[in-house]
Amino acid sequence: MADFDKELDASGLNCPLPILRAKKTLNDMTSGQVLRIIATDPGSVKDFDAFAKQTGNELLKSTEEGGKYYFLIKKK
Amino acid sequence: MSDAKKLAIIATKGTLDWAYPPFILASTASALGYDTQIFFTFYGLQLLKKKLCLQVSPLGNPAMPMPMPVPVLIQALPGMQAIMTSMMKAKMKKKGVASVDELRQLCIEAEVKLVACQMTVDLFDFKHSDFIDGIEFGGAATFFEFAGQSDICLYI
Repeated sequence: MADFDKELDASGLNCPLPILRAKKTLNDMTSGQVLRIIATDPGSVKDFDAFAKQTGNELLKSTEEGGKYYFLIKKK
Repeated sequence: MSDAKKLAIIATKGTLDWAYPPFILASTASALGYDTQIFFTFYGLQLLKKKLCLQVSPLGNPAMPMPMPVPVLIQALPGMQAIMTSMMKAKMKKKGVASVDELRQLCIEAEVKLVACQMTVDLFDFKHSDFIDGIEFGGAATFFEFAGQSDICLYI
């Protein structure tokens, strides 16, 4: 079973689009749900960390695999 | 949310490259929960036109990365600006950088308040109908009404 409720593929997108798309997707989710984001922008690692700290949404996991970055964010 | 942080930006430039900072920062700030306003004045007004015709010029910008060195006199030839603009746009597309149109639309969706400087609209003989819908027109006092309460204020 997947450990997330929704998935957003932001591959190929550059700053600030992954963050903006993630925010938009989170808006349509309910509190406690988990969003998985896939990105290829190396800057997104720091950006999602900063996004989580500033918005209160929890960054559960941040991993890199084969040039892709995966994030799990739990909606506040 | 009156206790949200506030970001005030003045956008004064109307070239393709300088269109990015205000729209990137404003859309991102909104995603982070900021109340955001951009005041567009002088050449920055071009960023609010219905039809965006933004160009980038290598002239007077020795820092612009070029595929090969191009002497300034060649850069000044007719058509060079259009060539540089299409090269820049192609590169941005290839790298997954959003278009200015897209970023502007994201700002509008995120309820970033866009204010056009009425004085410079008059100065350049622009008409309100030249600009996209949903923007406001105002002057310096309008800017300070918001900027005076801002946490971050940027002049771009």
